[in-house]
Amino acid sequence: MASPMRIRAAAKDGVTEVRVLMSHVMETGQRKDSSGAVIPAHFITELTAKHNDKVVLSAEFGPSVSTNPYLAFKFNGGAKGDKVAVTWVDNKGETRTDEVQIA
Amino acid sequence: LAQAAWNKEAFEAKSLDAAFGVIGAGKPAESGDVVITAPDIAENGAVVPVGVVSNIPKTEYIAIMIEKNPNMLAASFTIPDGTVAEVQTRVKMGQTSDVYAVVKADGKFYMSKKEVKVTLGGCGG
Amino acid sequence: MTLHSSFARAEKAAEALYDMPKFGNVSLLHMTDCHAQLLPIYFREPNVNLGVGGMVGNAPHIVGERFLKHFGIKPGSIEAHAFTYLDFVEAAKTYGKVGGFAHLSTLVKKMKASRPGALLLDGGDTWQGSGTALWTNAQDMVDACKLLGVDVMTLHWESSYGADRVKEIEEKDFAGQIDIVAQNVKTTDFEDPVFKPYVIKNINGVPVAIVGQAFPYTPIANPRWQTPDWSFGIQEQGMQEAVNAARAEGAQVVVVLSHNGMDVDLKLASRVTGIDAIFGGHTHDGMPAPTVVENAGGKTLVTNAGSNGKFLGVMDFDVKNGKVVDFRYKLLPVLANLLPADPEMAAFIDKTRAPFLEKLTEKLAVTEGLLYRRGNFNGSWDQLIVDALIAEKDAELAFSPGFRWGTSLLPGDTITMEHLLDQTAITYPWTTLTEMSGEMIKTVLEDVADNLFNPDPYYQQGGDMVRVGGLQYTCDPTATMGKRIDNMMLKGKRIEPGKTYKVAGWAPVSEEAKDSGPAVWDVVANYLRSQKVVTQRALNLPTLKGMDGNPGVAV
Ligand SMILES: [Mn+2]
Ligand SMILES: [Mn+2]
Repeated sequence: MASPMRIRAAAKDGVTEVRVLMSHVMETGQRKDSSGAVIPAHFITELTAKHNDKVVLSAEFGPSVSTNPYLAFKFNGGAKGDKVAVTWVDNKGETRTDEVQIA
Repeated sequence: LAQAAWNKEAFEAKSLDAAFGVIGAGKPAESGDVVITAPDIAENGAVVPVGVVSNIPKTEYIAIMIEKNPNMLAASFTIPDGTVAEVQTRVKMGQTSDVYAVVKADGKFYMSKKEVKVTLGGCGG
Repeated sequence: MTLHSSFARAEKAAEALYDMPKFGNVSLLHMTDCHAQLLPIYFREPNVNLGVGGMVGNAPHIVGERFLKHFGIKPGSIEAHAFTYLDFVEAAKTYGKVGGFAHLSTLVKKMKASRPGALLLDGGDTWQGSGTALWTNAQDMVDACKLLGVDVMTLHWESSYGADRVKEIEEKDFAGQIDIVAQNVKTTDFEDPVFKPYVIKNINGVPVAIVGQAFPYTPIANPRWQTPDWSFGIQEQGMQEAVNAARAEGAQVVVVLSHNGMDVDLKLASRVTGIDAIFGGHTHDGMPAPTVVENAGGKTLVTNAGSNGKFLGVMDFDVKNGKVVDFRYKLLPVLANLLPADPEMAAFIDKTRAPFLEKLTEKLAVTEGLLYRRGNFNGSWDQLIVDALIAEKDAELAFSPGFRWGTSLLPGDTITMEHLLDQTAITYPWTTLTEMSGEMIKTVLEDVADNLFNPDPYYQQGGDMVRVGGLQYTCDPTATMGKRIDNMMLKGKRIEPGKTYKVAGWAPVSEEAKDSGPAVWDVVANYLRSQKVVTQRALNLPTLKGMDGNPGVAV
């Protein structure tokens, strides 16, 4: 199972900044291993971030996103203690959700 | 989260024009209100930080494309009401290339670009 | 007047040289890029330091007689010798060696005595460049800097000892004494600061902020595996934020201690507001006067203080009503014969070198010609290194990095192991032997040429052109990326893109190349021992195009 994300969410002056570090190989499908066989593509395709129950960002990724993807974004509102949850799905159908409280 | 929603055609586009076409951008107008932050020279071609800020009202969508990558569309973001039109991520770059930010705001598309150099390295004062 | 004064006349001139009346109420002393040279050495300034685009004819891209004219320096004077390559051998014999921490220490003490409260800033490239620094894992330089009285420093080659070692020195050795500042160094995960962005010091009642700017391209110019969790970069916005924060905190003077290189500093100064002065290094440009750069917020002074312990910059600010109203600046040459050695520092240096003396003093060969390194395309030391690599590794050609550090030797001098280490002592000294296509060779040359001659300074990495042994080519610095290098020839034959060549090299930055071959000093030492006498050799230089009349070249 995929490792947990590291998420930081902090509210300041009415805006919440969210920063996420995912743990994922983000294999492009274009590299070859030492025996010359193509390493199959394996990458996050979609991501959704929610503040409490409201979607505050959705994203689609391709294999050009770096290994262990990073994402930062901001939304208006959000208070200390509110929940921010991030979910990703990859091209093999694996998924992971992690959440933090806004600091 | 339905995996079928992933825009396969856009991520597999092999030219900028094709990628613009698939996302419905046509030939987006260059705009100074779309600001890309990325290093002039990448410290690590495998991890190049790219940020996009759109100062255009009603921005609803931001896409990041790397012209010289085999899959030029790197990521796209849907910005709901109440979310700031500002995202940052990190991308792979195999070689020196222009990085494009494409923005959809109030139904219209805009773009801007910035060159990021990927060098061999090893020199110094 | 004849070319060189007698030593007696030099001594007289020395009194005038170091008799610098105090001005204003805030003084900052600046040294940079000493490259671990604890002892006095010779250091020849370049005769090729080309500027392109908007940099043509501007400091620092002026050499020789035009340099003297630009800065109003009298030909044949001590300053003319210190700042230019002119008549280097003869003048070096007259005026003797430069630098050395014991002599520098005397000058620092003299300046601090006349300028109470003055701080000593160290721009970095301090821990690397000698055998003893390498063998003590930088400890000799760390201790020497504490003894010298450094107050604040920033980084470049320091990072090549690895992130853990840098943090260990910061947290243990430097605690309570020397601050490391670097606003542009962040962690690669959440971009958290690795060092303090700035410190504010009170000088005679005036709060003075020193903002740090480490070498932005450390993970490119040097191996990234040494600092895998740190990112650098120019970070203009971060610089502006740091300056604003320091002002908001009450700083009345804001200076940047920078390891950007001078062209990058000049551009930064034109775009970031609120900086009174940038004290620069990395490009090893010994500039007698600051360049005054105008920007939206006012004016910023940009200095660069040379290398190898050869100079000490002295900046006096007159601060009135919360701001800098006037200044005086001098870059003082450190002439070892004219500044008595500080006994405490001299004793420290002796003690720290003692365990290594036998290794350091091994005589390898005698040089018939002048050996130096600095210059955009080649130096005689580099020519010797590439000749040695080709011979010892049985290669067709050799590459040697365009490092700007490395001391000089006069004709007739004995080359010791210490001198060889002055050119080569790095933490990734491995030699390589690679099969390279002609196309790849061109790619390498083009890549480095763009680092040097890109008209936008933010794309420059501040080294010199990779040195080539055996290879002839033409170079047009004004051309665009990929079009500067042409007519590559090897032994009278054109380099063919599809053909492969055996290329020797050293200092590989990729992690896969760790331990790729014996250390470069061992390879070159073997060659020198077999030669016994090193003949004066012609420099392998490219044919330059588009540089006629450029004041950055004199041949
Ligand atoms: Mn240096
Ligand atoms: Mn440097």
